[in-house]
Amino acid sequence: MRNTIVSLVCGLLFALGLGISGMTQPARVTAFLDFTGNWNPSLLFVMLGAILVYAVGYRLVVRKPKPLFAGNFQIPALRKVDRPLALGAAIFGAGWGLAGFCPGPALASVASLEQPPLIFVASMFLGMSLYEWTQRRRKVS
Amino acid sequence: MTEYFLAFVGGSLIGLASVLMLLFNGKILGVSGIVGGIFQNRSKEHIWRYAFLVGLLAGGGIIKLILPTAFSFSLSRSLYALAVAGLMVGYGTRLGNGCTSGHGICGVSRLSPRSFMATLTFMGFGAAVVFVINHLLGGRI
Repeated sequence: MRNTIVSLVCGLLFALGLGISGMTQPARVTAFLDFTGNWNPSLLFVMLGAILVYAVGYRLVVRKPKPLFAGNFQIPALRKVDRPLALGAAIFGAGWGLAGFCPGPALASVASLEQPPLIFVASMFLGMSLYEWTQRRRKVS
Repeated sequence: MTEYFLAFVGGSLIGLASVLMLLFNGKILGVSGIVGGIFQNRSKEHIWRYAFLVGLLAGGGIIKLILPTAFSFSLSRSLYALAVAGLMVGYGTRLGNGCTSGHGICGVSRLSPRSFMATLTFMGFGAAVVFVINHLLGGRI
């Protein structure tokens, strides 16, 4: 129960951060990615703010023997770069540039009830399901 | 200038949400991983994922009430382009194990080589697609 509430609050704060930072405007995102055009560095400042806070916070938190409301920290230990990582990031990046949406801002934008985020999110869920389906097929064969 | 300051403030809030998720629940705040995990199977274990999703959507609702200008979808993208982009982002983030939040913020802060590689890759491919759309296709697709 406690974990569920923390999760909900984190989602809420995360969405507010996205709104305040302007990341719920796809045009800002594509303007950041347009390095040879009318470049807008907003996204860089978002990353800077987030990384500064997390880089310090992460190091303080993981000194603790365990999280406050859970048995252990679940931090990815894998460090090796492999093909799925590179291929997945490439496909994601191309889609990101195409729409100006990544998962967080798209989901936070659903509340606008406007067509672009609704279409994008429905399609993103389909893409996520497609991935699970291919994983299951791979396991069977 | 205000725009960049707000970007930094919003980014810090995103960082704070990510620190809280780690401090209380011991988990990495990666939007695509948290939300995409819902499609793996039906399990009571996923309640925290749904809670996070509800928080994101509710946060979007609050933005709509107090900062309606944060939602602006002025980018010239057809619904077909958005649908294709959604599929790519959904599938790609799951295959590549993360998106802008999990890799770009949390992973880069942790100095994970996989996240550095993923972040450079998705930004590179995003920039390439935006270059084609803005400079070869006249800014619309």
